[in-house]
Amino acid sequence: MYKKVASLPYLIWMLIFIIVPLLFVAYYAFTTPNGSFTFDNIIQVKEHIYVLFRSIWLGLVATFVCLLLGYPMGYIIANSTNSKQRTMVLLTMLPMWMNFLLRTYAWMTILENNGILNSFLELIGIGKVRIINTSGAVVLGMVYNFIPFMIMPIYSIMTKIDKRIIEAAEDLGANRVQVFYRIILPLSLPGVISGITMVFVPAVSTFVISRMLGGGELLIGDVIEMQFLGSTYNPYMGAALALVLMVLVFICMAVMNEFDDGESEAIMI
Amino acid sequence: MAENQQNIIDLRNIVVTFDDELVLKGINLSIKDKEFVTLLGPSGCGKTTTLRIIAGFVTPDEGDVIFEGKRINDVPPYKRQVNTIFQRYALFPHLNVYENIAFGLRIKKTPEKEIKQKVNEMLELVNLREFQKRNVNSLSGGQQQRVAIARALINRPKVLLLDEPLAALDLKLRKEMQIELMKIQKSLGITFVYVTHDQEEALTMSDTVVVMNQGEIQQIGTPEDIYNEPKNAFVADFIGESNIFHGIMLEDKLVNIQNHVFRCVDTGFKHNEPIDAVIRPEDVRIHEPEEGDITGRVESVIFKGVHYEIVVNVNNFKWLIHTTKYQEPGDEVGLSVYPQDIHIMKKSRVKKYSDDDSPSINEEEL
Ligand SMILES: Nc1ncnc2c1ncn2[C@@H]1O[C@H](COP(=O)(O)OP(=O)(O)O)[C@@H](O)[C@H]1O
Ligand SMILES: [Mg+2]
Repeated sequence: MYKKVASLPYLIWMLIFIIVPLLFVAYYAFTTPNGSFTFDNIIQVKEHIYVLFRSIWLGLVATFVCLLLGYPMGYIIANSTNSKQRTMVLLTMLPMWMNFLLRTYAWMTILENNGILNSFLELIGIGKVRIINTSGAVVLGMVYNFIPFMIMPIYSIMTKIDKRIIEAAEDLGANRVQVFYRIILPLSLPGVISGITMVFVPAVSTFVISRMLGGGELLIGDVIEMQFLGSTYNPYMGAALALVLMVLVFICMAVMNEFDDGESEAIMI
Repeated sequence: MAENQQNIIDLRNIVVTFDDELVLKGINLSIKDKEFVTLLGPSGCGKTTTLRIIAGFVTPDEGDVIFEGKRINDVPPYKRQVNTIFQRYALFPHLNVYENIAFGLRIKKTPEKEIKQKVNEMLELVNLREFQKRNVNSLSGGQQQRVAIARALINRPKVLLLDEPLAALDLKLRKEMQIELMKIQKSLGITFVYVTHDQEEALTMSDTVVVMNQGEIQQIGTPEDIYNEPKNAFVADFIGESNIFHGIMLEDKLVNIQNHVFRCVDTGFKHNEPIDAVIRPEDVRIHEPEEGDITGRVESVIFKGVHYEIVVNVNNFKWLIHTTKYQEPGDEVGLSVYPQDIHIMKKSRVKKYSDDDSPSINEEEL
């Protein structure tokens, strides 16, 4: 009884700010400008199918790179002394205190053909490399912006692993590598899964990054934005795109969860 | 060196400091093969640290850890032939009962068939056959305890370290598990190093009891030795309830306690040497006032099931007495003690008793 009352404000919050907007999106996606029901918007999405899949692909690559870098980072932070932990968490979060656009502009000046990085590469004799306006630069921008969302849940779950459980494994004869594969990795999987979710979802739907670092090539997030703010104003199309993207992301996450379950079982056997 | 042959573990002058705090102050302990040794002492005295030295989780600042004659200070835990039952078990939460027990064998890349057979043996030993597929978090405390035992024993260690393994169980279950652990120890012939702060548990289960306090070993002996011949006031106090007096040894076999001269059986003290004298509550006899060695007034009587616990005030020192005969509070009674029941000990180095005329145990009891 008490629990029900306590969760009521939260339920109202969810209703107003999550459920209602979703219903609006769904409504617009199946409506024509004069208010009648239609499948046209959804069918029109096929015009953007290339952008859609490119977005998902780049999102997956960025998520993978975040995992590759973020997992060891989370592990290292969690195993540092308390004062070091605090500093490292702060440093991880620090870029997020800066405006998103500013951060991405900063990367532009670093990656430019005559930017800081290329000047440096020239100086040490490697010569200029074309980085800006490639998919690689877009992925880099995504990784830079979203990696805290990978590090934090992994770090947080690692600190929750009881040190005595690790000692118990060592006591039973497990060396460091065995302790990692048999104890730390399986126990940290929930953190990995939430990290993947928290990076992949914003990475897929990101906008601006590709326009600035990818040479003006659009990702699906940019296309959706244009439907609401740009010259091609068409909220009905925007809603349809958003809806399709949401469904695809959902499917991706389901597949990944499946994959992770399989992996964790494989480790246990 | 010859004596080392039969000792499975030797701790030599082990010193450990944590954050500038001296936690173990020179521990010397020899443990024989197949012995049941219990480390007994109050919380914080260094029992767990001593176990962790043997398991390899703590490296001593000074001293040697010897296992079967070889120094193993620098051998990491996973290479030592000892296994541990941790305080509150530390089971693997992501593995079921079967896999928890199989862990040690899987690490050693044992063939699946052998794993199956040995795990089943262990499940049988600890009575958990029908629980093998269960998640360990869904088990009761007693069942988790059994999983911890099986998991530690499957590697057939030469030494099993147990850190207060029964502390979390209720009294009845604890008694059952005490008996079960003793059986397992005898039947598998494994050396047990057992940690507890429960003196009764220590006396019941062990071949040898090691009484510790503040990072030092106070006494090593059989349960009988420890109980009957405590070496100092701390041991006497910790092992059961006692009356501890400050006395003066007048000459061999004569001691002054509470301004009365008692006959005792101890010799070899200096003339007029201050000593601690211990008299167990069950060794004090109650008489009519005129028949006792000293007289006092009954202050309280509590029925304890088998006996009465009586407090008699003699010149403001409260004697704790266990007797089967009821006494009326307020009555004057005489007290006497047989010479062999007065235990004389060198003055303890433990501060608690050195300048306090009425030992704290008496105050706490009231
Ligand atoms: N890792 C540690 N760091 C700092 N102090 C510790 C550590 N482990 C134990 N101690 C201290 O060492 C003393 C002995 O601890 P412990 O061996 O756990 O005692 P017991 O098991 O007898 O209760 C205590 O004062 C405890 O606070
Ligand atoms: Mg302890």
